[in-house]
Amino acid sequence: MPLLHVEQLTHYFGGLRAVSDFNLDLHEGEVVGLIGPNGAGKTTVFNLITGVYRPTRGRIQLDGKDLVGMQSCDIVSMGIARTFQTIRLFRELSVLDNVRIGHFSQARYSVGAALFRSGPFRRQEERVRERAYELLETFNLSRYASSPAKALPYGEQRRLEIARALASNPKILLLDEPAAGMNPNEIDRLLETIAWLKDRFGLTIFLIEHQMRVVMGICERILVLDFGETIAEGTPDEIRTNPRVLEAYLGKEAS
Amino acid sequence: MHSDVLKSKRTLLLIAAGLALSFLVERSGLVSSYVLQILMYVGINIILTLSLNLVNGYMGEFSVGHAGFMAVGAYMASIVTVWVFRNSLGWLAFPVAILAGGAAAAGTSLIVAIPSFRTRGDYLAIVTLAFNMIVKSLLENIEALGGPRGFLGMNRLTNLVWVYVWCAITIYIIRNFVYSNYGRAMLSIREDEVASNLVSVNTRQTKVLVFVISAFFAGVAGALFAHLVQFINPRTFSIQKSTDILVMVYLGGIGSIFGSILGATVYTVLLELLRPLGVWRWVVGPLMLVVLMITRPTGIMGLREFLGFVPREERAERRKEGTAIAAASR
Ligand SMILES: Nc1ncnc2c1ncn2[C@@H]1O[C@H](COP(=O)(O)OP(=O)(O)OP(=O)(O)O)[C@@H](O)[C@H]1O
Ligand SMILES: [Mg+2]
Repeated sequence: MPLLHVEQLTHYFGGLRAVSDFNLDLHEGEVVGLIGPNGAGKTTVFNLITGVYRPTRGRIQLDGKDLVGMQSCDIVSMGIARTFQTIRLFRELSVLDNVRIGHFSQARYSVGAALFRSGPFRRQEERVRERAYELLETFNLSRYASSPAKALPYGEQRRLEIARALASNPKILLLDEPAAGMNPNEIDRLLETIAWLKDRFGLTIFLIEHQMRVVMGICERILVLDFGETIAEGTPDEIRTNPRVLEAYLGKEAS
Repeated sequence: MHSDVLKSKRTLLLIAAGLALSFLVERSGLVSSYVLQILMYVGINIILTLSLNLVNGYMGEFSVGHAGFMAVGAYMASIVTVWVFRNSLGWLAFPVAILAGGAAAAGTSLIVAIPSFRTRGDYLAIVTLAFNMIVKSLLENIEALGGPRGFLGMNRLTNLVWVYVWCAITIYIIRNFVYSNYGRAMLSIREDEVASNLVSVNTRQTKVLVFVISAFFAGVAGALFAHLVQFINPRTFSIQKSTDILVMVYLGGIGSIFGSILGATVYTVLLELLRPLGVWRWVVGPLMLVVLMITRPTGIMGLREFLGFVPREERAERRKEGTAIAAASR
């Protein structure tokens, strides 16, 4: 059984069909890419999977459980975390707090325990703090722990967003254009990080990318969207030589 | 460890000293009854400001009808002391009445919170404004509660010691809440609600929770107020009053306990000093609100906190920056 099963996912914004009949089976440990030109519907697919929008039609299942209609926070707690195309950190809050907020569903103490700082509160807070620091350490961010997130350099902000996503202990990580705004050097480092993350956290990764070069390097399988339609699916080599892809995607890229 | 114990002893000592001082000031006749009254208003306003700051400052929503919750607390507490306890038991009945006032306000707030937080969007301002007006006209139309003439018969149970104790409780509870998992969730809603929901925060529940806690303390403040002035009527809890609370929040500083204390103190004293202006003094509040929102919407403290109100384990990170006032919001 696939970890994530998406079937005939379709979404309209008013009269605009942003995604139509999108199908996906994501198996444990896979790295799958989603590419396509501007406005193809890639981010919308992420938004549908994570419950930001309710699909017009279609089915989304994680481990056989239906996700359609669930609140985003519950979907995330069940194991699908994501990052954003344009960075969406809690800018005024500290780097440590950004990651601790990612742990929200894991600190299980009552409101009463929080209001009176009881034993369970102290123990769990201590644990959350430790885990948050571990994550920061992993991403080489712990020296920034007390700075506001907005003070970080761009590349660090991208890494912090991934750290925050991992705080919820996901099975699947959705990355929306993680390489956006990076130079070739940074992109290479990012690709290493992603490969390493996958092993370190046992993740299944589904990532959107605009630049072909990035996905070709790390994805085992690639889906191509154009005007909401899936026009191709296959290995990087198959995609590279697929005439429809070249026409729809690379053609636009060149223009 | 050893110094930690010493320090928490010092905090307790400080709180006890404040208690003793409030007792002394109350009993000794050191200050005139007029000054004493102002001190109590300052305390009540601190509670109100902290309470509204949770929703508007820490969480970044815009609630504008806080006097409505104050009214519910004031009437409920008065009903408890006058009708239930029939003014017996003296001040022993008072804590019960105050808690009842807070609970009634908290319960009422659910009626406002659940529908307004169902969907994203800025309905809260309109819903709370309507709520404030509805509470006022309901009270004006319930004859049993005195209608527009108001409710009286309360003993003067509020004194400086009670006000001090409730201020301390409010500060303690709100500070604990802010520096918890729920508090961080509240802050993340202010920063980016959609992202917050997408990193596992149950934003809907958190918003309702914050709103209910906020209303509870507004109710407590109402209860203290009712047993200070010994006479309440619906007009006391008009939009005017709600505006005053908004001014205190945005004057002192959003998302800050110290800012709330500052805002409440400065504004309360200012209004007293402006007494000679007569009716014109009521223009000051709305005017200040407009000016503040345009020029410095984060207030004097603006998202910063006095380190004394930050729990010790949260302080460590901040120390590194070497300032007495924590940088950024947390
Ligand atoms: N909230 C929305 N309301 C209306 N239309 C939308 C909304 N979000 C996206 N769209 C439209 O849906 C289509 C798909 O958008 P989407 O953001 O999914 O594209 P994308 O493939 O992620 O593009 P990009 O590479 O530019 O990020 C676009 O035409 C876009 O304008
Ligand atoms: Mg996109």
